[in-house]
Amino acid sequence: MKKADIDKILKKHDYKKSSLISILQDIQEVNRWLPPEILKQVSEKMNIPLIDVYSLTTFYKSFYLKPRGKHIITVCSGTACHVRGGPRILNEIKSQLNIDVDETTPDKNFSLETVRCLGACALGPLMVVDKKYYGQMNPKKVVSTIKKFSKKK
Amino acid sequence: MINLMIDGLDVQVEEGASLLDVAQFYGIPVPTLCHHDGLTDYGACRLCIVEIGKGKNTKLVSSCTYPAEQGLFVRTNSKRVVEARKMLVELLLAMCPSSKIIQDLASAMEVKKVRFKVEHGDCILCGLCVRMCEEQMMAKAIGFVNRGKDRKISTPFDAKSDVCRTCGGCMYICPACELRCEGPDAPGDVCGGCANVEPVCLEDENDKMCFMDPCGWCYNELGRKKEKEKKNNKL
Ligand code: SF4
Ligand code: SF4
Ligand code: FES
Ligand code: FES
Repeated sequence: MKKADIDKILKKHDYKKSSLISILQDIQEVNRWLPPEILKQVSEKMNIPLIDVYSLTTFYKSFYLKPRGKHIITVCSGTACHVRGGPRILNEIKSQLNIDVDETTPDKNFSLETVRCLGACALGPLMVVDKKYYGQMNPKKVVSTIKKFSKKK
Repeated sequence: MINLMIDGLDVQVEEGASLLDVAQFYGIPVPTLCHHDGLTDYGACRLCIVEIGKGKNTKLVSSCTYPAEQGLFVRTNSKRVVEARKMLVELLLAMCPSSKIIQDLASAMEVKKVRFKVEHGDCILCGLCVRMCEEQMMAKAIGFVNRGKDRKISTPFDAKSDVCRTCGGCMYICPACELRCEGPDAPGDVCGGCANVEPVCLEDENDKMCFMDPCGWCYNELGRKKEKEKKNNKL
């Protein structure tokens, strides 16, 4: 993300300090995560101490301070999905991608996250890729779904 | 001016004063940990709690952050307050048993034992260092990071800060940084047992009656009188 793009977002919000959360959300929408340089730039341009920006972004779970991949895989670890075999799905994905929860593959293609109940328990165990739901998962379906999103060799 | 009643005393205070200000102005001791003259109050330690309201409709509030209100009925040493304070200081001690300040507060509150698992977590998240850095040192180098059980004090990205002037103000004010005396033999989780005296009036009166040192003198006298009377009645 270019510095000018960030300036544009800042201008859109009129540099209002009370809009800091929306500003960071807008930036994250484009950049997928919030690297230190961006937080520093926002802090300087808005005249907000860096520690305040950092406190805020570490408080909310929806801000990502670590790089995120192109595709986000979310596995439901809610009760219903858990008893229907959620952990098995999660383990399969972990070993397929060779990463742990909240990590990103070295090629920056996948990030793995978990969530507590997506409100679609009847479809459990549930896995979501880029906001699209894949229900009644089993390890075999995991492999084929991941393949769909893998980089073409 | 605002009129209110604190520990049975009719008092007048200026608008904008906190209940802690009122108590301190009238010489009523209220324990504090995260309050510091010259720093804004933050209400983190809760040790300064007082009970407001009458009858069944009472509430515990932190006096350092509660503004004085017209007609308020405040008690700084009711049974409920004393018990809650003891619990709070016990929890703080479990988090940071090495702090002299917390140890002293605990002894002054007649706490004899820490019933919780002692964590030695040290930082009690009182936020004094953060306010010191911001309000007195004008640096704003440190702050609260993360949340829930991961909450801690840190610099941006946990890295060496560009704006910290290494003035040491944060360490100067930190209650966790000051170590307690180890004594002739290293004490348990609570030291200062010598200062521990049980207030006797709380059992019967629901309120601490005075701040006599040592406490309990009056009741001993009263007790002796009562026993004598009992004996005399039997005879
Ligand atoms: S030493 Fe640094 S962090 Fe501590 S009060 Fe001074 S400027 Fe702030
Ligand atoms: S580091 Fe010390 S002063 Fe700062 S919040 Fe923790 S206990 Fe309080
Ligand atoms: S538990 Fe997974 S969607 Fe409800
Ligand atoms: S002194 Fe009031 S909450 Fe700590």
